[in-house]
Amino acid sequence: MTEQVRSVDAQVALAGRLPVRPGILRRVLNFARRKPTGAIGAAIIFLMVFTAVFADYIARYDPYLIRTDKLFTPPGPEFWLGTDDFGRDLFSRIVYGSRISLYVGILAVLFGTTNGALWGLISGYFGGRTDFIIQRVMDALMAFPTLVLALAIVAALGQSTTNVIIAVGIVLTPTANRVIRSVVLSIKQNVYIEAARAIGASELRVMFLHVLPNCVAPYIILATTALGTAILAEASLSFLGLGTPPPEPAWGSMLSGAAQRYIRQAPWMAIYPGIAISLAVFAFNMFGDALRDVLDPKLRGR
Amino acid sequence: MTQYVIRRLLMVIPVLFGVSVIVFAIMRIAPGDVATMILMGSGGEGGASAEAIAKLREQLGLNKPYHVQYAEFMLGLLRLDPGNSLWSGQPIRQELAQRLPITVEVALLAILVSWVIAIPTGILSAIRQDTWVDWIFRVVSIAGLAVPVFWMGTLVIMALTYCCRWIPPLGYTDPLRDPWRHFQQIVWPTLVLGFFLSAVVSRMTRSAMLEVLREDYIRTAWAKGLRERVIVIRHALKNALLPVITLSSIQLGNLMGGAVITETIFTIPGVGRYLVDAIFHRDYPVVQTIVIMLAVIFVFLNLVVDLVYGWLDPRIRYT
Repeated sequence: MTEQVRSVDAQVALAGRLPVRPGILRRVLNFARRKPTGAIGAAIIFLMVFTAVFADYIARYDPYLIRTDKLFTPPGPEFWLGTDDFGRDLFSRIVYGSRISLYVGILAVLFGTTNGALWGLISGYFGGRTDFIIQRVMDALMAFPTLVLALAIVAALGQSTTNVIIAVGIVLTPTANRVIRSVVLSIKQNVYIEAARAIGASELRVMFLHVLPNCVAPYIILATTALGTAILAEASLSFLGLGTPPPEPAWGSMLSGAAQRYIRQAPWMAIYPGIAISLAVFAFNMFGDALRDVLDPKLRGR
Repeated sequence: MTQYVIRRLLMVIPVLFGVSVIVFAIMRIAPGDVATMILMGSGGEGGASAEAIAKLREQLGLNKPYHVQYAEFMLGLLRLDPGNSLWSGQPIRQELAQRLPITVEVALLAILVSWVIAIPTGILSAIRQDTWVDWIFRVVSIAGLAVPVFWMGTLVIMALTYCCRWIPPLGYTDPLRDPWRHFQQIVWPTLVLGFFLSAVVSRMTRSAMLEVLREDYIRTAWAKGLRERVIVIRHALKNALLPVITLSSIQLGNLMGGAVITETIFTIPGVGRYLVDAIFHRDYPVVQTIVIMLAVIFVFLNLVVDLVYGWLDPRIRYT
């Protein structure tokens, strides 16, 4: 079937109407061969999303179930990764934790990176005084150490998952803003922008129909890497006791408190959630890196 | 040059104004204030009458209008006297004088460690691009970015406890009083932080080197028949280091308050810990002072870096 479709495509291409566009599977395989590390990252991301979606079926116990007869059980056939100081199954908690990490990560990126990108678009496109004011606000935001800014925002708004998302999102904003602004500045130099203006297109039309589409590739790269940053930031906040509130099984909070106190009796409590965080962030960084190489020829191989 | 510095210093004013307003606003939005915290305990477990809270608020000057509070605080800061902590009553200046050197020491050592790890690996990665050496260093550096500092710190303590049957002394000892103990306390946090920072520095060194190595003057150097070591170290490295220096300066600025987690794990009494405790206690003047101080450090580091640029690369002129 695909063979047939491709041959039709090829005929059309030979007729000079359409370039051959390989099928989606072929393109994925091509990507995997050219960027093995990116493919590994993508595989881990896929696994993480799968785990988060089907957590109810994958987890072996209720992640909140307290069992006083099973405190600090070492990893074994009954509890694959052991239990914590409340006798809760660590494996199930890590499985459900992937939901929190992805939920906070994705929403924080949608809010923060998008917000930063939009202001970057406005700042770069209009320039002048608008640009100056927006950039000074970003300067002020960047002058805070990232974690301190997030901490202060959560402390101000109160501890809840939504506020963690807002805090992490604000932390992501200035970077996205700078990157998209610089992209817009270079796009603005292109002749087609001048052409669009010359035929009388309005500012908004040029900005959204001609400049914005060219920002999509950098935005995707930014968002992928930002997801890793967001997951790490959420974990750090949770570790300091200001992230997703207990008893939610957030990976960061699983590593603080009891895990630190009982490090000698129950080292598994301090090991497995850390592996989960590292793997997730690693995957998004790897995938983002590979995406950048593929989507942005100028940065290839850096 | 002087004009350039003056103009840059003037640019600092709006940024610092923005920072001070943001931090002032964030702290006032926060539910609960220091008066309630002092009388009821930080968890709100104790009981206190509304009159007692109102009286304490008046004593602490929290009932004045916001713009008056802001103006009084900023005037104090301009005289370099931010006043006392609302929580402990201790002078903030004295507390910072004790804590800042500790934080600076850890931060500078961590940057040093990151350079020792990252610059050689970054260079090797660049001159052996797309070989297995490059691949390993790149994967390790991406992995280094992914491992949370708090987990790495925990693992280090765990490894020392299990493998060496030795728990590193936590806390902080004055180096003049007991240098050996000081060394034992400071070495692990700086190694952990340094390794963490080295990930980005190594990537930056690699990409900057790759760019420089494609320049014409490097080809000329090859054509002259110079040895690889001379080309890489004498000709390429100096130019490749410019972005690395920028990066390290940003990291240094971030570490001044951002090493909170490392300070928490290794119980180092630095600025970060002070700041986080103050955020928890709604200790407004402490938070405001530290955040503004961090912003000042950050902005000045940027300026110093830009000046260092001109010194390293004579092509850069300030106008």
